[in-house]
Amino acid sequence: MTQATLVSDSLVAIYSAMFVYALAFIFFTYDLAKRMSEAKALASAPALEVVQAKAGGKGGTTTTVLDRPGPPPPGFEVTASGKVKRSLAARLGMVFTVMAWVLHVGGTVFRGVAAGRVPWANMFEFTLTATAIIIGVFLITQFWQDLQFLGAYVTGFVLVFLGVATTNFYVDVVPLPPALQSYWLVIHVFVASLGTGFYGLGAALSIVQLLQARRESRGLPSVRAIPNAERLEALAYRLIVVGFVFWTFTLIAGSIWAEHAWGRYWGWDTKEVWTFIVWVIFAGYIHARATRGWRGSRSAILAIVGFSAVLFNFTIVNLYFHGLHSYSGL
Amino acid sequence: MASDRRPSKNSPTRSADAGTSAETDPRRPSDHFDSPVPEVTNPRLGFVGYLRFFWRQLTSMRTALFLLLLVAFAAVPGSLVPQTTSDPNGVIQYKAANPGWSKVLDSLGVFNTYSSVWFSAIYILLFISLIGCIIPRTMHHVAALRTPPPKTPARLDRLPGFLRTASAEADDDHVAAGVNSARELLRSSGYRVRVLDGDSASAERGYLRETGNLIFHIALVGILISVGIGGGFIWTGQKVVPVGQSFVNTLSNYDSISQGRWFSPDSLEPYKLTVTKFTPVYERKNLNAYGEAIDYTAYVRASVPGQKTTNEIIKVNSPLRIGDTDVYLLSNGVAPVVTVRNPAGKVVYTQPVPFLPQDADLTSEGVIKIPDGLAKQIGMIGFFYPTECSKATCGAAPTSVDPSLTNPVLTLQVYTGDLGLNSGKPVNAYSLNTDKLKLLAGFGSKTPGLSMRPGQTVKLPDGLGTIELTNVVRYVGLDIHHDPTQLWVLTFAVLVFLGLITGLFIPRRRVWIKAVRRGGTVHYEYAGLARGEDPRLPDAVAEIAKKHSQLLGLTMKP
Repeated sequence: MTQATLVSDSLVAIYSAMFVYALAFIFFTYDLAKRMSEAKALASAPALEVVQAKAGGKGGTTTTVLDRPGPPPPGFEVTASGKVKRSLAARLGMVFTVMAWVLHVGGTVFRGVAAGRVPWANMFEFTLTATAIIIGVFLITQFWQDLQFLGAYVTGFVLVFLGVATTNFYVDVVPLPPALQSYWLVIHVFVASLGTGFYGLGAALSIVQLLQARRESRGLPSVRAIPNAERLEALAYRLIVVGFVFWTFTLIAGSIWAEHAWGRYWGWDTKEVWTFIVWVIFAGYIHARATRGWRGSRSAILAIVGFSAVLFNFTIVNLYFHGLHSYSGL
Repeated sequence: MASDRRPSKNSPTRSADAGTSAETDPRRPSDHFDSPVPEVTNPRLGFVGYLRFFWRQLTSMRTALFLLLLVAFAAVPGSLVPQTTSDPNGVIQYKAANPGWSKVLDSLGVFNTYSSVWFSAIYILLFISLIGCIIPRTMHHVAALRTPPPKTPARLDRLPGFLRTASAEADDDHVAAGVNSARELLRSSGYRVRVLDGDSASAERGYLRETGNLIFHIALVGILISVGIGGGFIWTGQKVVPVGQSFVNTLSNYDSISQGRWFSPDSLEPYKLTVTKFTPVYERKNLNAYGEAIDYTAYVRASVPGQKTTNEIIKVNSPLRIGDTDVYLLSNGVAPVVTVRNPAGKVVYTQPVPFLPQDADLTSEGVIKIPDGLAKQIGMIGFFYPTECSKATCGAAPTSVDPSLTNPVLTLQVYTGDLGLNSGKPVNAYSLNTDKLKLLAGFGSKTPGLSMRPGQTVKLPDGLGTIELTNVVRYVGLDIHHDPTQLWVLTFAVLVFLGLITGLFIPRRRVWIKAVRRGGTVHYEYAGLARGEDPRLPDAVAEIAKKHSQLLGLTMKP
């Protein structure tokens, strides 16, 4: 295959992935809306307290996911293992996400093959890789934790970024400039995108945590299959801690590369500054969870601010700030 | 990491001593009235008390967190405004564009954010807070390492992960064997075990978590100290070397140099680098990137005093390590070699003049100054086009369409007047202040500018002589650095990373196995306690309970 066909195949795969992500997004959103309306119906049902008390008496072992394991509302099936069965919409959302992800990864790999190097040397390619990692982590996490309630957020987020990448960040395949010709491109940038993926999912959980905390403080019934705020916080923490380790590595590897390429390991270049700011915010997040009065919603806000700084670092700093990391290709 | 302790109620001690009164002091008149003596703060104790109070405040987790977030916040302005250290030209442009506003910024030190007083104050406070936390926690950890696990709690069923076996008939020997196997099992699982009262095993593991945590924070302090000390010894010099020329590493040979406080010019090792060849490679196959640079290689001959001369290669991502310095290839460009002759034909000037690249096609601008040898001092502003585009294609204004030397043209504007080189003041070799100079040839005067191709000679205006574009060579811009603490910083950074992983992912937990006897029967109880984040604790306890009960042939009670 020639380079040109590979490049166009890659784009076709990405566009197809976007279409399938859009389908997944619709089903996940429908599923969420349905769960919300169930919760609303529960809240207005007069028999609520009796029903819940009965459930409480049975013990909270029916499902590991539910916070206050209420009984499935009428019309819901329960599997043999006692878990509330996923709705058809949620299952379709999952299937479409997996399909889209296969196309997404395929398109990204094709792009790398076409360029004869790793597919993360400019903003377009980095977006492809980082969003594929977000979905990848989302899918892998499903094996030990049901995160379907994040499906709408994750597919929506990735869809938006793929859209921006294909329309605004797109650049043709060009050879690497001398400064990027280093094995550190493979390591430093890939680990940075891993960190971005974990931070992104962690921040998503933190957003749900905030919403859930608000529901809980208002005494609203929990939405089916969405963990309680405390559990969400624990999940977010586990993902963010992994992201923080990757981010720390990114900083160190970047410094080593900067020493090779620019003659100094740290020079307060704009990108360096923002990578540092992100690192410090998430360090603050980890410390906040050990500080009295900062667990819970406050640390969740820090996680969201931290991921916003990641996005700012990737978009605004890349495009509008003057610095040495001017590899967007735009 | 700072520990979250509340400040003690160590309020400044007040003195109850009211001082001397009229009754006790005979020198005072009897009607003397002492105004009530205010309660006096005991200066010594109070001072220490305040110190302790502030120390506790500073090293509290809340303050540490606040300072940490403040560091992130304070780092932002330095990314919005160009910085003197990383982008000096940007600062000049910014100041020219915003004269009023930049005065305010300048007085706040925003153009040097990361060495400004306020930024330094925040991170120094943060690090003091950090040290104030590391020290007691290190002592506490050392003590914990020497202390055996605590006593088994009376009621394990209130602890996380509680499990119990079914009862079985047993005598004392059975129980002793059961506790013994519990000890062996826990020990082989990496726990430190203590057997209590012959009927329970108390175990703890994951001391490495706190060790890693401490190493992470101590290594951060190490980085700060290395950077702080290293800053005094670092020096960075720049030198432009045209191909064929040499550079000797002595202070006077640098185009520019910036040095730390303790830099001494004697510390420069006078090695010599001769640039023998420079090979740029431009993309020729991919039409989307036609003419883009894809490789730069500088070939140098390096001679260190007392050593054999060697041939070395410097590339963008592979600096040359020589004589305690690192030599980086950070820029390159073209240097037209011009020869100026006076009317009698005598050469008064011949040398390569490095021109600064203005775009990716190496349209380059440079300045040639001839202070001596001609009837008048002349200065010339030149543009060099490596591949001049034909006028039919690109219009009248000359432009370069490729960085290679395919169709090179040099154009010059000629000025005359006092070039300011005789006053002894240093003058930027790359710029020419034309305010007080008279334009002799070029745009804006009657005489057209000079234009020549390699090998061509043209006449200077006013019969001053001739100028020849003898040759065109490439030059390399070398950055030469000396940083003795770099290896220290790297070592500490690696420790930061290793400490972080162990501090975050090694679980610290306590596990208890207890034999509970009732009459002639016994059952075993299992429970754990997490110290720090430990989501897998119940699984770990269950695993131990399963193994232990299997060893004893007992079944778990549902």
